[in-house]
Amino acid sequence: MRNIFLFIRRHFNLLLFLSLQIFSVYLIVTYNEYHHAVFSNTANNLTGGINSKYADIQQYFYLKKTNDSLLKANEFLYNKLKADFSLPDSLPRTYIDSIKIDSLTKYRKYSYMGAKVVSNSVTNQSNYIVIDIGKKNGIKEGMGVINPNNSIVGIVTEVTERYAVVMSLLHKDSHISGKLLKGGETGILTWNGVDPNYISISNISKSAKVVKGDTIISSGFSTAFPKGMYIGFVEALYKESGSNFYKIKFRSATNFNDLQYVYVIESADQQGVKEALDKIKKQP
Amino acid sequence: MNKLLKNILRFFAMIFVQVFVLDKILLHQMITPYIYFVFILWLPFKINRGLLMIVSFFLGATLDSFRHNPGFHAAACVLIAYIRPFVINLMIPQEGSETNYDEPSIKSFGGVIPYFIYAGFLMILHNAWLFLLEAWQFADPYYFFLKTILSTLISLLLLLIIEMIFYRKQKFRTNTV
Repeated sequence: MRNIFLFIRRHFNLLLFLSLQIFSVYLIVTYNEYHHAVFSNTANNLTGGINSKYADIQQYFYLKKTNDSLLKANEFLYNKLKADFSLPDSLPRTYIDSIKIDSLTKYRKYSYMGAKVVSNSVTNQSNYIVIDIGKKNGIKEGMGVINPNNSIVGIVTEVTERYAVVMSLLHKDSHISGKLLKGGETGILTWNGVDPNYISISNISKSAKVVKGDTIISSGFSTAFPKGMYIGFVEALYKESGSNFYKIKFRSATNFNDLQYVYVIESADQQGVKEALDKIKKQP
Repeated sequence: MNKLLKNILRFFAMIFVQVFVLDKILLHQMITPYIYFVFILWLPFKINRGLLMIVSFFLGATLDSFRHNPGFHAAACVLIAYIRPFVINLMIPQEGSETNYDEPSIKSFGGVIPYFIYAGFLMILHNAWLFLLEAWQFADPYYFFLKTILSTLISLLLLLIIEMIFYRKQKFRTNTV
């Protein structure tokens, strides 16, 4: 027994060093798996407050860019206005809109909530974005996040009372399904952890006709995003030897360097789809 | 100024500069300029080794909580805190210099070159261990080495600028008291 105490006393520094290292690595491993580190809740409320003060100052420098993107978003919406279209008299058939306006809420699948970005990073291999709405605004884990110009930003992974943490597309564990706008082939997005704003999509079969500049949109297979949100524009094509698939490198539609405002998408179907999936899992 | 108060202020200053200035900079999509660990390099010679490691752990954990990735910087900081006393023993010029001065600086190391070897070695260790932990799955040694070396060079440049702007007064204390 005495020898054990002597050993601990003699090698106290080495043991302390090893235990702190093991504790750090333990934090890294568990956090990446479950995204629920013990300290994350308190740390988010503390650092979130400091970060939002900083974001208040910082946003002045981006006002011009924010204005431009809002202008574009407004232009897009104006062009969808019904009042701007008229049916020519010569049209053989008149199409009647089947949606009843007065009961629109019944048919609504997605609703959007605006949020301000409190902190953001692109330099790490696992990048997260913090936004200033949380549990009390009805944010839940698994909701999709887009920017004002309909491009995908990421998925909510952690929610506290006043803040939510979004796993950005620039995260090595982020796997969202995407789709080619032209051909309709779907694939899985992965990020290599190196270039911000450049992501790749795999599992696109070699029979697909892809050229540089093609648009990649969200597939609508997950409940997080509606179909047709922009993901990116094809930059380069690689033929994977020994497989029947392309690996496509593309530039993300979102510029992750200057995110200021985002929208969180709430899907009405999310609960139903999740219950259905859970039922399948329960079956032996 | 009181030594403890000075170090506490330094702790927060380093974290704030790192999080709100340097983390926003991305050079060639590869290099993150790190400077916060200079806090560890500047801690007094006489600090207890256990305390040194615990303080370093908290420094790293504070930065991690801003970045929502617990563990990475804490691990790297603890590593350099553990290695620091060995490097100081190797690099200190003559017997007794660490008792004549309070903390590591160009003066107490007796020249620019030994001081920068001390700083550079610890920076390389910090960056290598940090990037190794971050990379985990991406085995690309060429990218890893280039990133480590370039980030260290940028950190050294920043350290040089800091040493020139904030001149730290180093009182010579004779050990005959």
